Amino acid sequence: MIPATLIPLPTDAEIARRVSRIELPWNRHGIDPYGIDQRELARLYTLLSFFYHRYFDVKVYGSNHVPARGRAMLVGNHSGGWALDAIMIIASAFFSLDPPRLAQGMAEKFIQRMPFLAWFTSRIGQLTGLPEHAVRLLQDDRLLMVFPEGARGTAKLYRERDSLVGFGTGFVRLALQTRTPIVPVAFVGGGEAIPTVTNLYRVGRLFGVPYIPVTPWGAAIPLPVTLQILYGAPIVLEGNASDTDDVIARHVERIKGRIAALIRQGRALRDGKLRETELDLT
Amino acid sequence: MKVLITGISGALAREVTRRVVERGHEVVGIDVRPWYHPPEGVRVIQTDIRKRPAEEVFRSFRPDALVHMATVTHLTHRSRDRYRINLGGTQAVFEHCAHYGVKQALFVGRHTYYGAGPDSPLYHTESEPPMAVHTFAELSDLVAADLYAGSALWRYPRIDTAVLRLCYTLGPFRQGTLAAFLKGPRVPTVLGFDPLFHFIHELDAAAAIVLSLEARLRGVFNVSGPPPVPLSVIIRETGRSPVPLPEALIRPLLGRFGLPRLPPGALEHVKYPVVIDSSAFRKATGFAPQFDEDATMAAFREAG
Repeated sequence: MIPATLIPLPTDAEIARRVSRIELPWNRHGIDPYGIDQRELARLYTLLSFFYHRYFDVKVYGSNHVPARGRAMLVGNHSGGWALDAIMIIASAFFSLDPPRLAQGMAEKFIQRMPFLAWFTSRIGQLTGLPEHAVRLLQDDRLLMVFPEGARGTAKLYRERDSLVGFGTGFVRLALQTRTPIVPVAFVGGGEAIPTVTNLYRVGRLFGVPYIPVTPWGAAIPLPVTLQILYGAPIVLEGNASDTDDVIARHVERIKGRIAALIRQGRALRDGKLRETELDLT
Repeated sequence: MKVLITGISGALAREVTRRVVERGHEVVGIDVRPWYHPPEGVRVIQTDIRKRPAEEVFRSFRPDALVHMATVTHLTHRSRDRYRINLGGTQAVFEHCAHYGVKQALFVGRHTYYGAGPDSPLYHTESEPPMAVHTFAELSDLVAADLYAGSALWRYPRIDTAVLRLCYTLGPFRQGTLAAFLKGPRVPTVLGFDPLFHFIHELDAAAAIVLSLEARLRGVFNVSGPPPVPLSVIIRETGRSPVPLPEALIRPLLGRFGLPRLPPGALEHVKYPVVIDSSAFRKATGFAPQFDEDATMAAFREAG
C-alpha cells in the first residue's frame, strides 16, 4: 500500500462528498474519536477508485447483506500475497453500499512500527489487531473486517488460492460477546492477480515484515484481472462467549463452511459453470 | 469539610483551591514552592511533604480529605530526587492519612501511566497494567506512586481512596507536560508518525478534581475531556509549526535549536498515542467537560 501522505495525491471532489456521508462522529476537523481523517479517507478512496473501477474488474455480489447501520463483522478469506483482499473489501464497502461504510480491519502489528505506514493506517481507521480494539469498534456499532486465517492466509501459494487454512477462534467469541451479526465474505481472484510462487521469510524479516511474496515476474505487483467479492447473508450466532472450545469450534466450522461455499460459487462463476442468477448467497 | 492539598502552589492545584474554598470548605496547603497570595482563609505551609512540619499539619489541622497533587515529572525535576518525592511523598501522606483519621484521599495521577507503544490499544481502561515502563524510565516513579496510592484501597480500607489518571491538561495556565512540549514556536515530531493526543481544559480538570472530592469517589478512574486529536492538528491549532525529524536524528537534536528537551523514552509518547476511556468516571460523577477540543486549544494559544 502506498502511503498517500507521502504523495500529493489528487482528491476527487465527488469522492470527498461521499466520504462525508460515512456515518461516523466527525469533529470540526473531519476527524473521529479513533483519529480517522476524512481527508485521508478521500485520498485513499480516490486512489482505490482507479484500481477498483478501472485496473481490476471487481464484481460485487450480495452487498445488500451488509447492514446499512450498526455493528457487523465481515469475515473473509485471504487471497493474494498481501492484503489486496482487505483493500478491495474496504473499497467495495465504500463504493457499493449506500450510505457508504468504512470497513475497519485489524492490521498486522508490524505496521505500527513503520513510519508513514503507521500514520496512514491510523488515519484511515485500520487499527492494530488487538482484541480490545475489536470489542470497542463493535460496541461503537462499526463495521469490522476480520480474516481468521491471519498472516498464514496471505502467504497462500497460487495452487492453494481457493483453499482455506486454519481459522482462529477469537472472532466467534467476539461475535457472541458483542452480539454482532457475521457477514461471511469470499474474495476470489486474488491468487490470479498475485500468483505467489514462493515467500521469502528471511528477507522479509530484514525489512520488518513477516515475509515477501514472489511472483513469476518477481515483485508482487498485481495483474489487472477480474476480482469477485461475494457477501453472504448475515449469521447471528446463538450461544455464549464463555462456551467451551469445542462449542466455539463448531461455530467456526459453520462460518468456514459458508465462506468455502461462497468461494466455490465465485470460482464456478469465473469458470462459466454458474450463472449470476443461480448464485445462492443465503 | 477540611481539605488538605499537597502541591498547592501548582497552577492546577491553585485553581482547585479556589473552587474548593468557593464551595465553603476550609483549605490548608503544603508545597515546597511559595504561593504568595493565596485566597483568603487558605494557609500555605512551605515545606516538603516528607518532612516533620508536613506531619504536624495533619496533627493540628486534622483534615477530613486529602488532595495529593505533589508529584513531579521529569520536566520540572531532573534529579534522582524525583523518585523520592513521588514515591516517598505519596507513601508519607497516605501513612499520615491512616494515622490521623483522614476519611478521604484523592491521588491526582497521570494517564501516561499506561505508556505508549506500537501495540498498545487506543482507549485504555482502568484495569490495564502499565505496559511501557521499560521504554520510559522517567515515568517509573509516577507509575509506582499510582500503584502505591491504589493499594491504599486494601491497605487502609477505612479511607475512601480515589486515584485519578488525568490526561494532559491544556489551557490558559500553560503549565504541564503537553504545554511544555508545545512551548516554543517549533514543535518536533517524529517523521512518519502522528499520534492522537488526549487532553482536557485546565478548568475542566480542576472541576473534575473537585467533583471527585465531593462525590467521595473510591477506586481508580481515568479522567479525560473531549475526544483525542492528532498531534499535527494540535500543533496547527495552537499556532505552532511542526518540525518533522527522522527518528535517528531527533535524539541528538532535542534541546537544541529551540526544540524542547525530552528524555529518550518520551519519544515513544510522540510516536504513539496514550488515549483513555473515562466512561467509568463520567458514570460515577456525572462529569461532562465544558470545553471542547477547539476551545481548549484556542485557550492555550490565546494565553501567550
